Amino acid sequence: MKEHHLSIWFIIGVQLVIMGVIILAASIYGLFFPPENPVLFENLHPGIYEGIALLLLGLVYAIKFRPGSGKE
Amino acid sequence: MISLLPSFPAPPVFASLVNLGTADFLVIGVYFIFVLGIGFYLKHFADTGEEFFLAGREMTAWIAGLAFISANLGALELLGWAGNTYEYGIMAAHWYWIGAIPAMLFLGLVMMPFYYISKTHSVPGYLLLRYGPASRSLAAITFGVMTVLMSGINMFAMAKVMQVVLGWDIGFSICISALTVGLYVALGGLLSAIFNEVLQFMLIWFGAILIPVLGLVETGGWSGMVARIKENIPRIHPENPNLDYTHMWRVMAHSSDNAMGMHWTGIVFGLGAVLAMGYWTTDFLVVQRVLTAKDLRAAKMAPIIGAAFKMFVPFIVILPGLLGLAVLPETLYPENQIGAGGLHPGAHTYNDVLPLMLARYCGPGVLGLGITALIAGFMSGMAGNVTAFSTVWTYDIYRPFKPNASDAHYVAMGRWSTVIGIVISIAAAYLVQQFASIMDYVQSLFSFFIAPLFGTVLLGMLWKRTTSAGGFWGLLAGIVSSIAMFTWVKFDHDVAIQYVALSKDASAQAENMYSALWSGIICVAVTVIVSLLTRPRPDSELVGLVRSCTDIPPEGDSPLIQRPGFWAAIVITVCFILNLIFW
Repeated sequence: MKEHHLSIWFIIGVQLVIMGVIILAASIYGLFFPPENPVLFENLHPGIYEGIALLLLGLVYAIKFRPGSGKE
Repeated sequence: MISLLPSFPAPPVFASLVNLGTADFLVIGVYFIFVLGIGFYLKHFADTGEEFFLAGREMTAWIAGLAFISANLGALELLGWAGNTYEYGIMAAHWYWIGAIPAMLFLGLVMMPFYYISKTHSVPGYLLLRYGPASRSLAAITFGVMTVLMSGINMFAMAKVMQVVLGWDIGFSICISALTVGLYVALGGLLSAIFNEVLQFMLIWFGAILIPVLGLVETGGWSGMVARIKENIPRIHPENPNLDYTHMWRVMAHSSDNAMGMHWTGIVFGLGAVLAMGYWTTDFLVVQRVLTAKDLRAAKMAPIIGAAFKMFVPFIVILPGLLGLAVLPETLYPENQIGAGGLHPGAHTYNDVLPLMLARYCGPGVLGLGITALIAGFMSGMAGNVTAFSTVWTYDIYRPFKPNASDAHYVAMGRWSTVIGIVISIAAAYLVQQFASIMDYVQSLFSFFIAPLFGTVLLGMLWKRTTSAGGFWGLLAGIVSSIAMFTWVKFDHDVAIQYVALSKDASAQAENMYSALWSGIICVAVTVIVSLLTRPRPDSELVGLVRSCTDIPPEGDSPLIQRPGFWAAIVITVCFILNLIFW
């Protein structure tokens, strides 16, 4: 009998975590080394909020739908 | 790090709009690794025909619903409708609300039971069961042609974005996208496509969400945006300096009152009643996703879940187009005015409004996510077309010639037709450039094939008196009349447009709406007349295919919260309220 594949939500969670980490890191770096040509509203640090949101949501999905959790 | 080029003088077309940094490339790289990784991983789970073409029919309502909407969330959504909003204003939102929500709910509540109970593998497959091989072949061939052309649109749009935003060569971008989509679909079939579509749906939202949020911050909210648009319209659209671009319904009492040249009857009857119904209920690209549902309730809920999310897509597509009218210092132009011999060589087009807004607000990493969202949209659109083409080609065009081959043979044919479909799509990509905007082109195609098909399928499901001959001749008459109207307008525009679209001011969009309406009416009329003149099939042959001959499992005693009808009522109510707000 064929094994069941990983939950799609788990895969999404892992990807969101990785992307969240990258965006958060890049945005924190930008705090200390501001770009030469900043975009509008760089002072509001939208990248930090977006990175945290991706990271947290990704963690929720990755943990809740991890292999062996029994959830699809 | 991002560098915005000066807005005027406009940069040459091949100049890059933004410079991606390391973080941006990392985000894009992660996306490609996951997309291809999913394809390779799921190859093992796509060995049989049921698995390759219908994802094993084991998807939950949420997965099928998000894939259903994501397959449609391709280039035409992201670039085309943001561009159309810049051109026509908030009226473009009609294509999301009256032009999608009622039709999606209708699919879930009324039509899905017949698709699902008949166990058909495709929409042409349903026509085979209901009307016989002639109607099936006609629908399959027209669908195949339309689908590869649509796939070409997605490729072209993606290549254009890569060219404008990143300065990549069009041919290079087409090769990369074609290779990626071809690999993951040929390996993992529909299962792989659905996994990626759900993934892409999330990325699209996260990648695009900053544009409307920061855009409204810049304009000081909705009223500030409206004030700026009024101020800018004489500069951006000097041909319509006094028109209202920020209301949906109050500008349609007369076709001359809005930039689209559309009377409300065109939107309500042409778009809402025919074109949207046709697309959302009979276009196999989207219906295929729902056919993968694990049971009938999931199949009914999937379009309703899709409709709930679809209702809010204007926030990341229409609103950025409006914000472009309000805040962009440069003026954008139609596709046919920016070439070497055009009125505005080197300027950006309407379809560039979303990338321009992305470059305006998104910093390192977030920009990469935004670009990834665009790429994801294109990939899902292309993959949707390619998987649908592969299924229809294998089951509805190829199998009649080789009816007794093994399941493995059809799966192999599915993989090869995926590759061939992509090659044809590449050629089709270059056809797009002759039209003023991407969506006008797409709407033309929809009018040709989808509107008549809706009439044929709906009569087949709801009226048992419809005969095989009636179905075939009605469908053929609808398609031929649609093409005839398009050709007439093309060659004798000033005269023809007054008859086809009921107004000399009608835009290409308005023309397509009315063309869809007339072709749908012609299809239904011919189907009814021919059916009344020919012998119907006995009721016993129509079980599972026609409403009056089929026992649909009732929702019965299930709690209110589990009933599809309850959720559909909530969705349609919210949609109604949204229309009132932006009246």
